[in-house]
Amino acid sequence: MMLLQPSMDPNRKRAKSVDRVDSVDSGSESFESTRKCGFPDEVLERVLSLIDSHKDRSSVSLVCKDWYNAERWSRRDVFIGNCYSVSPEIVAARFPRVRSVTLKGKPRFSDFNLVPEDWGADVHPWLSVFSTAYPFLEELRLKRMAVTDESLEFLATNFHGFKALSLLSCDGFSTDGLKAIATHCKNLTELDIQENGIDDLGGHWLSCFPESLTSLEVLNFASLNSEVSFDALEKLVSRCKSLRVLKVNRNVSLDQLQKLLLHCPLLMELGTGTFMQELISGPVTEFKTMFSNCKNLVTLSGLWDATPLYLPVIYPACASLTFLNLSYATLRSDELANLLAHCKSLRRLWLLDTVGDKGLEAVGSCCPLLEELRVFPADPFDQEIFLGVTESGFVSVSHGCPKLRYVLYFCRQMTNAAVATIARNCPDFTHFRLCIMNPGQPDYLTKEPMDDAFGSVVKTCTKLQRLAISGLLTDRTFEYIGKYAKNLETLSVAFAGSSDLGMESVLKGCMKLRKLEIRDCPFGNAALLSGLTKYESMRSLWMSACNVTMNGCRALAKEKPRLNVEVMRDEEGSDDSQAHKVYVYRSVAGPRRDAPPFVLTL
Amino acid sequence: MSVPLEHDYIGLSDASSLERSSESSNISSDNVTNNVFNLKATELSLGLPGFGKISEENATKFGPVIKNYMSGAKRGFSDVNFNGSEKWGLKGGSEADLCKGIDGVFEKNQTQQLISSSDVKPVEVEKKGPVSENGSVPPSAKAQVVGWPPIRSFRKNTMATNLSKNHTDVAEGSLGAGGCLYVKVSMDGAPYLRKIDLKIYHNYAELSKALEKMFSCFTIGQCTSNGIKGQGLTESKLKNLLHGSECVLTYEDKDGDWMLVGDVPWKMFIDSCKRLRIMKGSEAIGLAPRSMEKCKNRN
Repeated sequence: MMLLQPSMDPNRKRAKSVDRVDSVDSGSESFESTRKCGFPDEVLERVLSLIDSHKDRSSVSLVCKDWYNAERWSRRDVFIGNCYSVSPEIVAARFPRVRSVTLKGKPRFSDFNLVPEDWGADVHPWLSVFSTAYPFLEELRLKRMAVTDESLEFLATNFHGFKALSLLSCDGFSTDGLKAIATHCKNLTELDIQENGIDDLGGHWLSCFPESLTSLEVLNFASLNSEVSFDALEKLVSRCKSLRVLKVNRNVSLDQLQKLLLHCPLLMELGTGTFMQELISGPVTEFKTMFSNCKNLVTLSGLWDATPLYLPVIYPACASLTFLNLSYATLRSDELANLLAHCKSLRRLWLLDTVGDKGLEAVGSCCPLLEELRVFPADPFDQEIFLGVTESGFVSVSHGCPKLRYVLYFCRQMTNAAVATIARNCPDFTHFRLCIMNPGQPDYLTKEPMDDAFGSVVKTCTKLQRLAISGLLTDRTFEYIGKYAKNLETLSVAFAGSSDLGMESVLKGCMKLRKLEIRDCPFGNAALLSGLTKYESMRSLWMSACNVTMNGCRALAKEKPRLNVEVMRDEEGSDDSQAHKVYVYRSVAGPRRDAPPFVLTL
Repeated sequence: MSVPLEHDYIGLSDASSLERSSESSNISSDNVTNNVFNLKATELSLGLPGFGKISEENATKFGPVIKNYMSGAKRGFSDVNFNGSEKWGLKGGSEADLCKGIDGVFEKNQTQQLISSSDVKPVEVEKKGPVSENGSVPPSAKAQVVGWPPIRSFRKNTMATNLSKNHTDVAEGSLGAGGCLYVKVSMDGAPYLRKIDLKIYHNYAELSKALEKMFSCFTIGQCTSNGIKGQGLTESKLKNLLHGSECVLTYEDKDGDWMLVGDVPWKMFIDSCKRLRIMKGSEAIGLAPRSMEKCKNRN
């Protein structure tokens, strides 16, 4: 979080430290500064420019005024975790020389339809300010922002050196906006379009890249549904010699993919199109050499509709793969096992639960270097069938992959004992996200709550930064978390807890907590208010379908003017009605000025 | 803390005896489904409720009733209300009663609800009744909760497209972008369904082998394993194995009839198969003549 001092005049040109200090108020300060800062700012800036981490840079800026200034002048890359915590004007004022901006907007639960449309997080006000403040802006990375075609056109036409656009989980735009980017951004190196609420009007946008564009390094349109012109795609790929990431969509056939790969042997990350063909004889042998030339491939994804007949095509590339994303390939356990036998270097693996526990056994035996595993459900909403993975698959992986630090696991049954074993086997967890898909489900063997499961995780895994809990959970879970999870930064809670004590324990105990998102829990005003002193040190708090009322929210807002306490109401109610959705976050920009009618800032 | 038994993915130990599994799952809820694996009470048998296993003689006698009962039974399963307030299973009720109950159960409202945990596990395990035709309405007392499980829209939509494309809507010839043809496979006495992709098999032998592997943990006796060793299993061989064997593979065709697998040429089979069911051999005896008749009628 940036510590802002609006009294500093950002427009003042850089000058030697002595001059600058003189122009600031107190004389004693100037004396100290001249004494301390013996070397010119240029050197200081040069040194500080080598610092990449945002956290470190924040720390640096707190040392003293000179360091604050040196840091802000040397900052090229701004990360804004909550677009409403600060205003574009403030950002532009503090950091005059930014080339790359990362902006995150809506609360994370908007991914799961818990935030109404038109909630906000419009990128346009940012672009307007940036067009004058950062005309040389090169990179823009947006997550959960509202983006329109007009904004994309504005971006494409107002920032002449613009190079890299990444849109993840955004919404409000169509492929017409992409056309504008493709047409006008002459130096584009990156176009990364992932999982957005995009209005797909066709694949013509790709044909808008001019013949003169040869700078593309990253092209990801895997999540777009419309077919692009293969001819245009092939020509684009063949003239962009520096292409290192190419992720095509499902409409690109195996034949076509093979042709593409001929043009980019230096590819490091590939997302394939559909991985099967109707004809099942002859052509398979043709594809056998498709990947033999891809010596640099480290990431492979896509693999839509991959069948056992075609999967072996990727075997030659497997030995060097570090990230394999099979989460759209409905593989069975034996298919996965055969594939993984070739993938000894895997660090990250994403799967569909069609592979079953047997498939996970194969993971445990083939991938000793595995650090990240994500298992997604193929059929999350079909409650009739019991398919997928269970605790046993997870345990198998933990036995074979002691280096595991990131897990996202969707399952339909779990036991406390299994999780304890897993934590014991993999004490290095930094991200532990367990989703037992049936809300409030107990340990299926003992029928007890899953408290001990998460208790063992927080006790054993001292490096834990992110935790998502599920299953039947009492306040005990939260007591454990508050007591042991001292490095926890993000906590996601759903259908859990018995009383206010739960939330209170977490707020009291988790020193490093930054993001807390809660839904459908029996936490009320007392719990909300217990975090009075904590919320300003956090990025945000989300509570929906809990027992918080309007009065509770008002009390919080009154005590803490530097917090934005926003309530989303379904309908007008009495003064002390339920606050259905509460979003609390710190901000130096004051209350939102663009809040829609259903968002009440208290 | 006791070490958990070696479980295969569905949580049953190798011995596969269902009594054993009922112990290990330790279900002690006090509703009618005390023992989820109490087969007698839950069996879908060919015949009117209360008849238990049907003899060959009875099969022919009740032949014409089979279809009606089956459809009634389908709904009987889906009619179960798992709120704990009603008894499980509505066997013996008339079809009209069963139908009436359905509407209350098919909740698709998007309200957020806290689900009582005590009924949860039995609910998951018991559901083996057939689902409605298009598979879109989950026959469950649990309402769909908004935003749960937490899956992003893109993934949700992609998976939904896969499922609807691959669903057994073969009549229109739509076999899905990937040429997959997922059908549900249930096995009598097994608590879970599986889904398989018919397109990956080329003949009955491969299908049988795969199913046997898939359901081997459920083995109620030897399911035609001796007939599958290696040699190509022809349609006629499969039929011959039916007599006296423990398990029999049947399928529901486009018309909703339950037929014996193996009667028709492979191509015709995958064109008309909507779901599969592994029945006890004795129950399927009543089917054979019927399916052959139908085949004759077709040809």
